[in-house]
Amino acid sequence: MTTTHRDDAVIPRFDRVERAAHWTTAALFGVLMLTGAVLYAGPFSAMFGRRELFRQVHVYAGILLPVPVLLGVAGRWGARLRRDVGRINRWTRDDARWFRRRNRVPPGRVDVGKFNAGQKLNATFFAAAVIVMLATGLMLRWPNPFSNDLRTGATFVHDWFAFGIWIAVLGHIYFAIRDPVALGGMTRGSVTPYWARTERPAWYREVTQERQDLEEPAPR
Amino acid sequence: MDGAPVGRRVFLGLLGVGAAGIVLGSNVQRWLEREVGPYLAKDGTGLSGLLPIGRFRIYSVTGSMPHRGHDEYRLRVSGLVDQPLTLSYHDIRAMTPTGLTRDFQCVTGWRVFAVKWKGVRLGDVLDRAGVQAGAKALRFRSFDGTYTESLTLKQARRDDVLVAYELEGEELSDAHGGPVRLYIAPMYGYKSIKWLDRIEVTDEVVPGYWEDRGYDVDAWIGRSNNRDDNAP
Repeated sequence: MTTTHRDDAVIPRFDRVERAAHWTTAALFGVLMLTGAVLYAGPFSAMFGRRELFRQVHVYAGILLPVPVLLGVAGRWGARLRRDVGRINRWTRDDARWFRRRNRVPPGRVDVGKFNAGQKLNATFFAAAVIVMLATGLMLRWPNPFSNDLRTGATFVHDWFAFGIWIAVLGHIYFAIRDPVALGGMTRGSVTPYWARTERPAWYREVTQERQDLEEPAPR
Repeated sequence: MDGAPVGRRVFLGLLGVGAAGIVLGSNVQRWLEREVGPYLAKDGTGLSGLLPIGRFRIYSVTGSMPHRGHDEYRLRVSGLVDQPLTLSYHDIRAMTPTGLTRDFQCVTGWRVFAVKWKGVRLGDVLDRAGVQAGAKALRFRSFDGTYTESLTLKQARRDDVLVAYELEGEELSDAHGGPVRLYIAPMYGYKSIKWLDRIEVTDEVVPGYWEDRGYDVDAWIGRSNNRDDNAP
């Protein structure tokens, strides 16, 4: 990766807590999607059978699913993750612009922060999907308190959200592969200054400003 | 921090969609079955079979799909009977057939509307063997080697309990529990044991496979889905 910037130092993007939370969640999603496919799709069910085993794995992985992120935000170690959750929550006019114009305006006209609007939407969808899938999944696993219509409703929601999750995960992987530097932010934890300056200009200014503040402490 | 909390609104909105889906999903599902189902039935690619509309989900508790050909198939009836029976597929076919069209309802909520079944009444099979005094219940075994089920004698003698060999006018496939399975219309799907191998007449109910794992032994389908065939 060449950089036109004289500062060759990398810019930290995700710390260890964030990466650990991301990758354990990703692994659980992988297990859930594959065991879910076996439980749901007739040809796979027929091929693999062993419903009780797949069901157990699916149920336990599902119950564990929210744990990594909850642990990540819970403690003193979660400061960066909590801050990023805040960033994902807040939308500016640039986010609307990002959706409307990204194919028509040159990059830089949209002043993107640490996350672009697509990433914000993706993260928000996953957060909600985890809760919806967990709630409906618990209803399917322990259906006794619920009427048949509610069970049918829970199945309905679990099925269609699962389709949404498959699409979101495949899209997420596709975009990550298309942008190796961004992917590096989640694997190695850092990105190049060039990438930050061109792809996430508002964040780049924020980070460099923070560095300057560190280097030049305010006079006492 | 700058900007509006759109993330939170989208998040809560999606939770709302999920909650609404739980409450209204059965109506939407019914509508989809009626309006979209017929088109999917005509789709030749088979891809639409993956959509959650009008489809059976294939449940098997063992590692491979059990298979038994029509000619090798035997149904054995033993236990507290006057005369233990071994019926071939063709013997069962030769008995007086009964047709039933009912919804197939899984305990977890999925439902296939108006499924056409054909078979013989379980009661007729029992009569051929002659149930002895003191018999109270039936224990069923599947030739998958693992699955078991149970019924009381009274439940077994209902008119809507079939030893089934046809589904939607076709011979039962392996996936649907062929060549012969039970179809217990008033109960959740897990009672309708697939790949029926043996019927044992016993003096007490022995809970079956899923019942050992927490499901009800008397699995009457609730009244909440507008069915009135549920009560004992």
